[in-house]
Amino acid sequence: MSYRLDDGRVVNESGIEIKTSYGPEDVEASGGTEMIGEPGQYPFTRGIHKDMYRKRPFTMRQYAGFGNPADTNERFKYLISNGQTGLNVAFDLPTQIGLDSDDPMADGEIGRVGMSIDTLKDFEIAFDGIDLEKITVSMTINGSAAIAIAMYLAMAEKRGYDVSKLRGTAQNDILKEFIGRGTWIFPVEASVKLVVDTIEYCAKNAPKYSPVSVCGYHIRESGANPAQEIAYAFCIAKAYADETLKRGLDIDEFAGRLSYNLNLFGSLWEQVAKFRAARGLWAKIIKEEYGATDPKSMWLRMIAGGGGGGLTFEQPEVNIVRGAYYALISALSGTQTMALCSYDEAYTIPTEYSARVSLRTMQLLVEEMGLADTVDPMAGSYYMETMTNQIRDKIVEIMKDVDDQGGIIKLVSTGEIQSAVSSQAYTMQKDIQEGRFKKVGVNCYEMEEEEKEVEFHPYNEEDAKFQIKSMNKVKSERDQGAVDTALAKVKAAAKNDENTMPAIVEAVKAYASVGEITNALTDVFGHYQEPIRF
Amino acid sequence: MSDKKIRVLIAKPGLDGHDQGAKVVVRALMDAGMEVIYTGLRQSPEAVANTAAQEDVDVIGLSSMAGSHLSFCKRLKVLIDENGIDDKLWLVGGNIPPQDHEEVLKIGVDAIFAQGSKMETFIEYIRENVK
Repeated sequence: MSYRLDDGRVVNESGIEIKTSYGPEDVEASGGTEMIGEPGQYPFTRGIHKDMYRKRPFTMRQYAGFGNPADTNERFKYLISNGQTGLNVAFDLPTQIGLDSDDPMADGEIGRVGMSIDTLKDFEIAFDGIDLEKITVSMTINGSAAIAIAMYLAMAEKRGYDVSKLRGTAQNDILKEFIGRGTWIFPVEASVKLVVDTIEYCAKNAPKYSPVSVCGYHIRESGANPAQEIAYAFCIAKAYADETLKRGLDIDEFAGRLSYNLNLFGSLWEQVAKFRAARGLWAKIIKEEYGATDPKSMWLRMIAGGGGGGLTFEQPEVNIVRGAYYALISALSGTQTMALCSYDEAYTIPTEYSARVSLRTMQLLVEEMGLADTVDPMAGSYYMETMTNQIRDKIVEIMKDVDDQGGIIKLVSTGEIQSAVSSQAYTMQKDIQEGRFKKVGVNCYEMEEEEKEVEFHPYNEEDAKFQIKSMNKVKSERDQGAVDTALAKVKAAAKNDENTMPAIVEAVKAYASVGEITNALTDVFGHYQEPIRF
Repeated sequence: MSDKKIRVLIAKPGLDGHDQGAKVVVRALMDAGMEVIYTGLRQSPEAVANTAAQEDVDVIGLSSMAGSHLSFCKRLKVLIDENGIDDKLWLVGGNIPPQDHEEVLKIGVDAIFAQGSKMETFIEYIRENVK
């Protein structure tokens, strides 16, 4: 959706004015065709692979996970049996913020919004019987991501997989958690250090594993416009890269394993242009600013998914159609992985039925609509190429602003970015309520609606008790000496500013719990204090 | 009431970190001329009750998105009574399933502004109902 101003002008969300029609002169005036290139070749605007979906359609990966690890394992197997080719694991909030299930703060939250994890044992149960070479696993976890990555690698190793060949992704983008989503634990600098620890550790021990998926997604959900979404995400990725380089790694040792998680909702043209612009710009940054020589380092690999912020509580069945357009945007954008929010997701946890509708929506594009037939079909459109150039310039401009103000780490620490983004969310809310920004069913074509059945997964006290009991059983059976030694090493590594990952891996293998490892780290790092500013 | 600004506490109960809605509400109330105290994330019932008492607010507003509204409100009700602050207007917003509304109101919440509520609706409600 774009804004139609009173004077007749039309402006998209990123603030770029849209003309009535476009011609070759507009492409020229906006920077020409230099950045288009060929698919699979620098600067990769048209896609990171030569053949794209002709060779392999996008991975379809729906977000799932709830209750105890055994329930989650069952849901995973259901999704795989329906043709899903990757898993996206949801964790409950205690796990995401480093609490054990018996922590008083975890009361009422165990297994509520995702799977509950206390020790390596839970990972063993959750992934039992799933072929980790065929199915790639992505974990939506940030504050406690170092521990989750350690558990995933340890679980795979125990099952006989060669960790140096293991693929998978952790979200592990803590800077965006401070801007939106909020599952932070440690202060900003210590949090970034932990992210860099995982990047360095994976580069050396699990080079096929993607330790970080930088998320413009949640920044957009929190109120950023599409150009800001990419700009802030790039600033964040550069901050991780800069810190990793300080460890003595070469850019080509890790840049190829950084990936992105980006959002879909908004105007179709602006979104597709956003992804194409981002791909070209990221390649340019990594090549020119960082001196990478391996083309894979320059690839902007992504999941373009979700779109939750665009879905409506009103007339939810219309979200099925919105979702189909979002999927179309994603396919046209040349994404590697696609996921869709389900139509009921604006107010409830998706049912198996609604999750299947989303999966079929994505499959439809490949099987019936010809989206896998050719690469980057929008290329060469005067409008698309002009908008791609203009959004790229816009992203560069916003990134420069961030740098001029002291960089993303500083702006996140002081809460300035959070304040700017939430101010925009407020403006958008006013624009929607006052009808300047149209939402079908919300401020136009409204109708009286029946009360909706809203279902949270019923909170199961028995499951929660079972989870605590299972954890206590693991804790009583493990070698406590090994746990104590490993936790002391975690603390020492944190204190001496060494990489904490080897010690965390040792601790999870000894069945130390998420809460125990987190506490060892907070003993040294302390806790984050949220800056409140408006 | 007319010469004194209405003071509102907006709190995020529990562990959920989705604060976009809460922050939009804070700004809307500020724009409407009210004084707003925003707690930030991960508030325990004790923290909410204490802040409400100490800051002498007129309104306690909770933003709940991830399903912990019932258990949180029950625990907060006990503390509201203990602290003798049941004179305050108590509002809950966010993702509150219709089937839970009756129970939430029975606990002692004055009004629910669930998803889809317009900003002017709760601003007006506060102006008219601050005790």
